[in-house]
Amino acid sequence: MQHFISPVLWQFLVKWLTNFAIFPPEASSIAPYADALYFFLIFISVIGLGAVAALVVTFSIRYRQSRNPVATQIEGSTLLEATWTIIPLILFMITFVWGALLYFRIYSPPPNAMNIYVVGKQWMWKIEHPGGQHEINALHIPINRPIQLTLISQDVFHSFSVPAFRVKREVIPGRYNTVWFEATKPGVYHLFCTQYCGTLHSQMIGWVYAMTPEDYEAWAAGSTSGHSLAQNGERLFASLGCNSCHNGSPNAHGPNLAKVYGSRVQLQNGQFVTVDDAFLRDTILNPTLHQIAGYAPIMPTYQGQVTEDALIDLVEYIKRLDSDYRIEQTIDNSASQPVQTGTTPAGTSAPVLPPGTVKQ
Amino acid sequence: MSTIVSLPDQSTATLPKVSYLNKEYGLKSWLLTGDHKRIAVLYMISITLFFFIGGAMAALIRLELLTPTTDLLAADTYNKVFTAHGLIMVFFFLVPSVPATIGNFCIPIMVGAKDLAFPKINLLSWYLYIAAGIMMICVLVFGGVDTGWTFTTPLSTHYLNTNVVSAGLAVFLAGFSSIFTGLNFIVTIHRMRAPGMTWFRLPLFVWSHYAASILMVLGTPVLAITLVLVVLERTIGIGVFDPSKGGDPLLFQHLFWFYSHPAVYIMILPGMGVISEVISTFSRKRVFGYTAVAFSSVAIAVFGFFVWAHHMFIMGISNYSALVFSLLTMLVAVPSAIKIFNWSATLYKGSITFETPMLYAFGFLGLFTIGGLTGVFLGSLGMDIHLTETYFIVAHFHFVMVGGMLMAYLSGVHFWWPKITGRMYPEGVSKLAAVITFVGFILTFFPQFILGYLGMPRRYAAYPPEFQVLNVFSSAGATVLGVGYLLPLLYLTWSLKYGKIAGSNPWQATGLEWQIQSPPLTENFAETPIVTHEAYDYEWLANKTRNEVQTVG
Repeated sequence: MQHFISPVLWQFLVKWLTNFAIFPPEASSIAPYADALYFFLIFISVIGLGAVAALVVTFSIRYRQSRNPVATQIEGSTLLEATWTIIPLILFMITFVWGALLYFRIYSPPPNAMNIYVVGKQWMWKIEHPGGQHEINALHIPINRPIQLTLISQDVFHSFSVPAFRVKREVIPGRYNTVWFEATKPGVYHLFCTQYCGTLHSQMIGWVYAMTPEDYEAWAAGSTSGHSLAQNGERLFASLGCNSCHNGSPNAHGPNLAKVYGSRVQLQNGQFVTVDDAFLRDTILNPTLHQIAGYAPIMPTYQGQVTEDALIDLVEYIKRLDSDYRIEQTIDNSASQPVQTGTTPAGTSAPVLPPGTVKQ
Repeated sequence: MSTIVSLPDQSTATLPKVSYLNKEYGLKSWLLTGDHKRIAVLYMISITLFFFIGGAMAALIRLELLTPTTDLLAADTYNKVFTAHGLIMVFFFLVPSVPATIGNFCIPIMVGAKDLAFPKINLLSWYLYIAAGIMMICVLVFGGVDTGWTFTTPLSTHYLNTNVVSAGLAVFLAGFSSIFTGLNFIVTIHRMRAPGMTWFRLPLFVWSHYAASILMVLGTPVLAITLVLVVLERTIGIGVFDPSKGGDPLLFQHLFWFYSHPAVYIMILPGMGVISEVISTFSRKRVFGYTAVAFSSVAIAVFGFFVWAHHMFIMGISNYSALVFSLLTMLVAVPSAIKIFNWSATLYKGSITFETPMLYAFGFLGLFTIGGLTGVFLGSLGMDIHLTETYFIVAHFHFVMVGGMLMAYLSGVHFWWPKITGRMYPEGVSKLAAVITFVGFILTFFPQFILGYLGMPRRYAAYPPEFQVLNVFSSAGATVLGVGYLLPLLYLTWSLKYGKIAGSNPWQATGLEWQIQSPPLTENFAETPIVTHEAYDYEWLANKTRNEVQTVG
């Protein structure tokens, strides 16, 4: 057969028949919901297009000039106008409600989700696991477990897209965005940057490795750098001199940071805010914009001095500060370090957190 | 209530001795003209040039995407090419396409005026367009620009070393050209209607241009100021969009889309006006539900201003503002649906013939319906997350802009060609071109919907190999589409000299522009018309032809 047609065409035909995607894999708990809405939308589109096509074709045949030489002038019909206003309106409202429900499902992470940090930069994805696993353009995750990504860009807009999971989130400089998903099928899936981000935009791609929990544990144990993000944060906290004010003593210049994460604090202007990742990041960079009531605005800005990766370390550290008055805390990283080695820095080996809260 | 319309015998028609084309000769008489018809012709020549430059860019894009790797163009060249394609097609073709050419030509005649309200501003608007166009060509020649047509900050302000400032200023200038056109239309439609030409006797073409003009005048300044902010941020670092200086990069998205979403309606509304005229004329029947179609144009213009954030659903705007914008997006889809059904119903009990403009109009109906319905996919919040920034959105806006607007433009060009030039285009080959365009279009852009759902991101110079088959289909379709667009260029040019002489009303259409000679006199009407009939009144036309002796020439 290939002797009779052009080799290029033959190659194309082979490719068509063998390596031809037409529908993306359905690999997350969201995907079936997204696909259901998609098929509903296709259904109403086919109905709508069919209706228009039927009208145009039927009228074109029945009222063509050779068959109907005399046109009958018709003003219009309020009843018909109302019909084709209300029926599309109802369909569009159903679509709106359905789409809104899906949107809230995709962008409202469950409280028990496992958090992973993603930093986008031209032109790579840096993935930081709290357990100290650092990846570039790859994301390893366990299946059947909700994963929340906290995303930030250190330069331009990027967008984190995993088509097999039907999720996508813009990655923006200067603010944490979040997205969550729960992979359902082990496999390797495309990870794309979908927001145009400069020359090598199309190279800002990677793979998501969805693994069974056992495989994931093995991977996590074998890939950790040995220092959890919180441990890195702890060292930074000391080296940047944060602990000279935030030392937990009652007459300290800065607020006590223990257990501050998730609490509600009052700002100088009387507002109450809940401390989350974004708030912690913002107060490190622009302290006076978020001045805590009762403290003097003396904290210097760290804008330009701390990279996004380091900010993540600091945020992760402060999130885990769980005990009173002692800033030189220690973190239990036994979960991510299967073998306790002597490389752990001095003073960081005594666990103070309940194991369940640190195991990530 | 019935009318028989038979097309006039064109063999007896002769060209008028005096018309706007031969009243004065010489380059100066064209370049310094105040005549809206001559300016329309100038615009038509210029936008055709830009269309083919933009089209050449599209050809390069499709050729590069034939294979998964970057083997024809390097990544940064590819980025410059798709940026040039977007900027040229949006700002130098689609925005001025129908309004600045056909609108410029027809609106004063349709309302029964001698010219637009401000002929010199009209000429100025063309000069601004040309200045902007020359600037844009210089940008391309001296290294190009690779921001994407959306100028997204902080990429455009801090991270690129291409000609962002000059490209921004070119678009800024082109924006003023569009503001002036819109202003002229609004004043003309308000103040210069002939005696008896009430608002509800205006052709729907005028209504849709009125709606589009409001968008031009109110929306474009926002784009202009946004681009100025980008230029200032890039040159002196004012920091409005820079988070490290307390600015907000999302602010740029809000400002940009506050113009650029209504801009979509600036592009499509005039096209809808063309479709109303063409469908009515070739079914010899008044447009079904005139007031519904007229007010749906206004509704689109009004709602169109309040949907901009649907471009930002995944960007981290609050979930509740996303809800509001999604709801409004669903509402703006309704008037478009109303128009589609009214056009379909206009065919009912008509006496339909299938000349080229009608074929293009049918193409518009089908493609615009698909484009509009896939817009509902994207307006639906949860679905948008998966589909946005992929080829689905590329396919969607090409269905609306190319399948809708360009079909409408070509329909209009063929429809008014006899009026503009006094000669007919060749019917057979132009019907062929309409069919080729339709087939090529479907083949080019339909596979992109599937690619989009697969997740292929837009603006990728290289892509995973499993997407190749669909991309090959798309590139093959683009070749067919290219033929479909080159044909009219050839035969319309040919018809300028060899086309059959048209006579004043070759379609037996009811508009005022068809009651005067083709090509018209410089002052349009020998005496101010007094309008006593509604638009699309075929009975009035039949009586008129019965009672009057047609004077041709």
